[in-house]
Amino acid sequence: MAVANSVVAPAAPLPPVLAALKDAVLVALVAMALTGPIVGLQTVDAGGRLTVDMRFTEVALGIVIVFFGRFGLALGERGLALPAYGVGALLMVAGFLLPWPAELLKVLAVAAGIALVVRGIAGQLKERRTQAVLRAPDEEDAKAERLRRLVTRGLGFAMLAAAVLLPMMPFANSYIMDTAIRVMTYMMLAWGLNIVVGLAGLLDLGYVAFYAVGAYTYSILSKDFGFGFWGALPIAGALAASFGILLGFPVLRLRGDYLAIVTLGFGEIIRIVLLNWTSFSGGPNGIGSIPRLTFFGYPFARRAPEGEVTFHQLFGLDFSPLHRAVFFFYLILVLALVVNFFTIRIRRLPVGRAWEALREDEIACRALGINPTNTKLTAFAIGAMFAGFAGSFFATTQSFVSPESFTFLESAMILAIVVLGGMGSQLGVALAAILIIGLTEAFRGLAEYRMLVFGLGMVMIMVWRPRGLLAHRDPTVLLHGRKSVLKKGAAA
Amino acid sequence: MTAPMLKIEGLRASYGAIEALKGVDVEIHEGEIVTLIGANGAGKSTLLMSMCGKPKPSAGRVIFEGRDITGMTTHHIMRLGIAQSPEGRRIFPRMTVLENLRMGAVVTDPAHFDQDLERAFTMFPRLKERQNQRGGTLSGGEQQMLAIARALMSRPRLLLLDEPSLGLAPIIVRQIFQVIREINAEQGMTVFLVEQNAFHALKLAHRAYVLAGGKVQMSGTSAELLGNEEVRAAYLEGGH
Repeated sequence: MAVANSVVAPAAPLPPVLAALKDAVLVALVAMALTGPIVGLQTVDAGGRLTVDMRFTEVALGIVIVFFGRFGLALGERGLALPAYGVGALLMVAGFLLPWPAELLKVLAVAAGIALVVRGIAGQLKERRTQAVLRAPDEEDAKAERLRRLVTRGLGFAMLAAAVLLPMMPFANSYIMDTAIRVMTYMMLAWGLNIVVGLAGLLDLGYVAFYAVGAYTYSILSKDFGFGFWGALPIAGALAASFGILLGFPVLRLRGDYLAIVTLGFGEIIRIVLLNWTSFSGGPNGIGSIPRLTFFGYPFARRAPEGEVTFHQLFGLDFSPLHRAVFFFYLILVLALVVNFFTIRIRRLPVGRAWEALREDEIACRALGINPTNTKLTAFAIGAMFAGFAGSFFATTQSFVSPESFTFLESAMILAIVVLGGMGSQLGVALAAILIIGLTEAFRGLAEYRMLVFGLGMVMIMVWRPRGLLAHRDPTVLLHGRKSVLKKGAAA
Repeated sequence: MTAPMLKIEGLRASYGAIEALKGVDVEIHEGEIVTLIGANGAGKSTLLMSMCGKPKPSAGRVIFEGRDITGMTTHHIMRLGIAQSPEGRRIFPRMTVLENLRMGAVVTDPAHFDQDLERAFTMFPRLKERQNQRGGTLSGGEQQMLAIARALMSRPRLLLLDEPSLGLAPIIVRQIFQVIREINAEQGMTVFLVEQNAFHALKLAHRAYVLAGGKVQMSGTSAELLGNEEVRAAYLEGGH
């Protein structure tokens, strides 16, 4: 791109809009030359004879999309960010509203529009950042740090408020609530994995194993031993944590890729054991009719079983299946927030700081008297424990568990959320969970193109934000109120 | 003479089949600055690392304050009153100066952290100015200061410095060495300095060992070694 710029700039003294236009026309001509024969001519089997059909509309529309896409790009490259946004928005709107003859053209138009807008935003942010770096002495650095903190906190609280209010919104039907529960479950898992991957820097590809341990522990405890959710929860967490230690002990002396491979294997082992140990786990049939969570003893049901009061009777409401979903949503919200606050707190304690130091430099840690094995084990165990909690929750909401739910794809999804969010950033992980789970849900209408969009999104984010959405790492200690010292230092 | 604070006896260590230390004896007394000089690959850093447990010594003993610490794990040794500024500084790049210093204090009572921090900032005013800056954004000299300050946060009785002059401009090296001299003179800190920059090291230290091929080739007071023809020819050429 930089090359194209430097070539175009001296050769063409045209005003930027005209130059962009020229650029777009050229590209459209190339597109015409290519799509004309490839897309425009279609062989049709007409009663045993092959005839050639012309598809003028599709070709013309395709060229129009290419033209506008390139025009927007060219405008952006010449520093005209706003018009570029405009073209992007136009493409998006056109994509959604116009009656396209082919679904693919529609997807192309929308995707091109989104790409233009995202690219524009990314470019502007980058520019602003370079400018900030160029004129950032210490003091402004500290100010920027404080501002960033404020914005992060504000955004965090806004998201929390939105989550709390979500079930009360008029549009909150059971589909929305189920999606929200899914998003929150993944957010909790990703926050848990963030401790292992983001803070301690240990690449764990088998995180879903601990999720499975939690889910099966709850299922068996509640079905066969009559445990309630709250009674089973700590046991599930403890069991998952001990599995974490069990795996961690022999494995944590490995580094990087080796650790990743072994954890990947561990995840698969757990799944395959569950699949084959039929007498214990029900094998591929899984465990069904797991007791559903009640509202502290009051079940969510239309009609109460013998001698029990249901939730809606207790509060004198009309029965609605939404009640259960709302309760589940708040429950997972609270569980996820526990993980979040725990992480925020522990980052400021010696253990948490040691995790981050370990991620930075293990040799230095040893030279400072930190026991790397124990430090890693605590990270592993605590991460596993939270997965165990989430697993229990999953089992009670689904009332059915089977090895199907704990495939490597789940581990990969959770890891993708952590990496995309910016490893170690709590807010980034939350945003990424909403983005990944929410967007795959939102694009469900695109059917088979859904994964295409998902992949495209991942690639784009990795290109523009290679260290994740929010790569910024908040310091765990800042000395405030010592500005006078700073000033004195600067003056000296 | 009192017993030495640190006594290394016949220490041997290898990396796989290659023996890097072939029986090294070193003694360090309380309050001294002792330097270990030698060419690249002489085994200087290996000696320092091996007495800290990694690579594990294959023979010989390391005795610190009358206690045999041979073959203990590194993190264990670092809790006994020894601190280390490792080769290549190894500060935590994404953590701030303040966080780096906190990491240095993990093995001590957090109650005197503020006091120790104040002392570190008096020693290195530059670090105070940059306390909220990320370690990775510091200059090389500042990073070295941070590495030393971080090591001192654990209130050690013996400070091990591995090549503090590595990759630094001469004027910065002089500053760093001046601080080491002050730490020794004012706080009575015992310092074991591994250096390639023989001239500066000998100027600073009270006594010195010359390591070559995994063995101590020569030892004596710094003045003696500075005057020694062989040392001059081998390590001080280049005219200082």
